[in-house]
Amino acid sequence: MDERTVRALKAGDVVFIDGTIVTGRDEMHMRALSLKKDARPPNGLKGATLYHCGPIMQRENSKWKVIAAGPTTSARMNSLEAEMISRYGIRAVIGKGGMSGDVLEAMKEHGCVYLAAIGGAAVSLAECINEVKGVEWEDLGMAEAMWKFEAERFGPLTVAMDAHGSSIYNDVASKVNGTLKKYHS
Amino acid sequence: MIKVPEPLEDVIVNLLRLANTKLPEDIGWALEAAAAWETNDIARSQLGGIMDNVKKAEFAGRPMCQDTGIPVFYVTGKIIPGTEDAIRSGLRKATDTIPLRPNTVHPITRKNPGGNLGKGMPIIRYRPTDDNFTEITVIPKGAGSENMTRLAMLNPADGIDGIKKFVISAVLEAGGRPCPPTVVGIGIGGTADRCVELSKEALLVPADSVNDDKDERELEEELFTILNSSGLGPMGLGGDTTVLKVRVMTECCHTASLPAAVNISCWASRRATVKISADGSAEYRQK
Repeated sequence: MDERTVRALKAGDVVFIDGTIVTGRDEMHMRALSLKKDARPPNGLKGATLYHCGPIMQRENSKWKVIAAGPTTSARMNSLEAEMISRYGIRAVIGKGGMSGDVLEAMKEHGCVYLAAIGGAAVSLAECINEVKGVEWEDLGMAEAMWKFEAERFGPLTVAMDAHGSSIYNDVASKVNGTLKKYHS
Repeated sequence: MIKVPEPLEDVIVNLLRLANTKLPEDIGWALEAAAAWETNDIARSQLGGIMDNVKKAEFAGRPMCQDTGIPVFYVTGKIIPGTEDAIRSGLRKATDTIPLRPNTVHPITRKNPGGNLGKGMPIIRYRPTDDNFTEITVIPKGAGSENMTRLAMLNPADGIDGIKKFVISAVLEAGGRPCPPTVVGIGIGGTADRCVELSKEALLVPADSVNDDKDERELEEELFTILNSSGLGPMGLGGDTTVLKVRVMTECCHTASLPAAVNISCWASRRATVKISADGSAEYRQK
């Protein structure tokens, strides 16, 4: 995805993705950010569509097959994502549950969106993956490795945080805070 | 002596397959009911996607969620010798064949020994009785929701209002992280450790069964209404459906204590039970 496409998206839009997506969770983020500035990052990370996902994979006749691949909780990567976006030019983050204010800021500054996948829709989303193109950092284990998937009509994904500072989660939080306050006065 | 019809290891594989690939009916009904009353468009699409995925998982015999969790086993009745070894080897086999995601790691080194095994894993709770049969229940629960677990050692003076405040904060501050709509297990009483256990055991009770303890039921109903009117909605994207069920379980506690624990399950509130009778037959169920 290029920056123009990303900037054209607005919170509330529903999209499907065709093309390459790479997975990454806690360990992948930590390793990517621990690379020396002049080190070559793994192919496919620069400008990636980054999917917060630890899939179930199975090897069949020496080829990898995706069994289940729903999103993981993005908030765990809150403290790491802004730097991922600025350093590797991540254009879209797919996950669930949303991310913090500083990530929203980084998305606005660098041109990136947060796409909410349906949590737990692991079989439906695995069916949108046509091919496993490779895996990096396999030593991190099945859930934490960086998998590269070729996807077709991957979704539905809700643009939940856009590149203009809008976030559905912020809108929902202001409503939810009403309930919290009511019972904490 | 209970005759075992097939290797107990294979009974464990079957049990894990059932729990991971088929959502209990009562949870499915709760999702359908929620989809019918939901007024928010994004929320409706989330619920539709969830129900679609449940059907696909059952049809394909694949885990409905990639996070096949940390399975906790409850073994009750007449304990069959060798149960622990069978659960361990069954879990390893299930991890390879179903397959499940190998989730267990050492907490400090983060090394993954594979097979969902390792020090202390899997977690097995025994409650022997004089019955002539054995029941093994498994609850595989993912980390997204387990990470939202909370314990509060409240003061007796905090009372029922203190408990309500605590539960409301725990569920709403968790936001979209535990994959709402959730099932909320609440333990009240016991000691600190027992209270947390109770909150997880509350997740084992079918959502369509009515609590016959009046105090527990009234609290369940009130919290259900408050949480669903909060606006958090499926996946925290807004809507009328934040929880599918609130289940309270109480036990007596110290006169100076009021322990309360919240254990949230994602919408994929998975569980399965096998009853092994004296004649060696194995009956599986999700109620």
